[in-house]
Amino acid sequence: MGNYIFEVVKPGLTTTIQDLGRTGYQQYGVVVAGAMDAFALQVGNLLVGNKRGEAGIEVVIMGPTLKVLTNTVIAICGADLSPKLDGESVTLWKSFAVKSGQTLTFGKPLNGAYAYIAVAGGIETPMIMESKSTYTKAELGGIEGRNLQKGDQIPIGVPSTTVKAGIGLPIRQIPDYRSGRKIRVILGPDHNAFNSESIDRFLSENYKLTSQSDRMGSRLEGPSLSLLKGADIISDAIFPGTIQVPANGQPIILLADRQTTGGYTRIATVITVDLPYVAQMLPGNELAFEAISVEKAQRLYVEQELLLQTLSVAAGVY
Amino acid sequence: MFRIDAYGDMGLRVQLGKTISKETNEKIRSLALCLEKEKISGVIEWIPTYTAISISYDPYIISYDKLKNRIEDFREQMVSVKLPPAMVVHIPVCYGGEYGPDLETVAKHNGINVEDVINLHADVDYLIYMMGFTPGFPYLGGMSEKIATPRLSNPRRKIPVGSVGIAGAQTGVYSMETPGGWQLIGRTPVRLFDSSKQEPILLQAGNFVRFVTINEAEYKAIDAEIKQGIYQPKRETFLVK
Repeated sequence: MGNYIFEVVKPGLTTTIQDLGRTGYQQYGVVVAGAMDAFALQVGNLLVGNKRGEAGIEVVIMGPTLKVLTNTVIAICGADLSPKLDGESVTLWKSFAVKSGQTLTFGKPLNGAYAYIAVAGGIETPMIMESKSTYTKAELGGIEGRNLQKGDQIPIGVPSTTVKAGIGLPIRQIPDYRSGRKIRVILGPDHNAFNSESIDRFLSENYKLTSQSDRMGSRLEGPSLSLLKGADIISDAIFPGTIQVPANGQPIILLADRQTTGGYTRIATVITVDLPYVAQMLPGNELAFEAISVEKAQRLYVEQELLLQTLSVAAGVY
Repeated sequence: MFRIDAYGDMGLRVQLGKTISKETNEKIRSLALCLEKEKISGVIEWIPTYTAISISYDPYIISYDKLKNRIEDFREQMVSVKLPPAMVVHIPVCYGGEYGPDLETVAKHNGINVEDVINLHADVDYLIYMMGFTPGFPYLGGMSEKIATPRLSNPRRKIPVGSVGIAGAQTGVYSMETPGGWQLIGRTPVRLFDSSKQEPILLQAGNFVRFVTINEAEYKAIDAEIKQGIYQPKRETFLVK
């Protein structure tokens, strides 16, 4: 189309283009990547009349400064990183109009770590292996497979005809990442490799997020978990939210940029609807785990799916 | 062995063995073929590994219990599955020199000369047990113990793509430029991963890799053909010897 939404004035910490990830190639070792908070990205897209899986701009903790290049509608969902349009605070989880020449900035991270800018028409960077998601280690997707940098212009597609400003997510559906809620997990597949005291400890004590956390995973610090034998297993598959425990006994929750396989013992896997709450933690934040059944986790998943479908219908997007 | 467990709320893991073996690998290939043929609605993709297949699926479309029942049906179906013949993909390798700076280390460590290392490493059909680590990276089995060598004590910051290395009793090819501690014995101009291609990944679990010795002039000629997009690595049907 030759239409651009932003020019990057300051790139921010690690600002990337992300959609829901590069699925279908994990058996060949291709990392999925994609939005760290898939719920926030999907809602953002719906608020601006896009399909749920369209690509948006992922902003992390220290956001970029972006100059608006076209008159259109955007929405910012996920973390509250104090976004401002020409110095005026912007409401999250609600679509708003932007005009060419305006400047979008971010400030202090107030609640959460990952925010998503969804733009009417979606981000129009090339599809690489069926996804626009950026995976910088293999230089895949986004703009030249890297983080956004100064001077980049972000291409967009054609907005839907029904898009308008002022469409918001009902307040009671807006997640509060600081709520301190328990992170629910399904135990396994290797929980039998731990002694029962360790499982009890894992499900009762608090763990703190360390600063060595990134898109690949959240490294936690807390009471050590001991294994009955060694920490190493024969290399096996990893899923989003899988919690590995290496020999040092400190759990690691694997997230968007995880490798497809790994060789450490897996104590549990975070349920899908709670993944955003893990991703949105800031270093120093604490969390506690709670084990639930697969049936319950899948009921919660279906509920969330129905919410997103209801929003799709409301937004006229199918 | 055929054990099904939930793996998170979007995953189901089928364990088919406890140790790394060709028999388990064949079972895994058979189950993967069943999944490919059956196209169960809701199944997104699967990751075959040494002893298991982990399936990711959409619980809105199919619940764990329902999928588990469908997979149970494969337990018997698997036995009668006729696997397609495995392919051997030839990977041309220029051994030693700047392409394989650790070739002499491997020779010395094992008390043999460099020609022996090359002869033991090349012209062997290595089974691709699984893929992982980086896009297109094959976990190979079948290397001679006579050339096993521990990893470097101080890993390199950058390993050129295509480097062929040894780590303990394993051998492999770097599919991307990454840091790494493998002993580098040679390099191939062939790319195991190229996202610009229609088929970005060269290899597949269950097939074989055979390293074929080339000299530097041949390396450069193949490299030029690859850049023009006209090179095709040789493939042949695997014959049980």
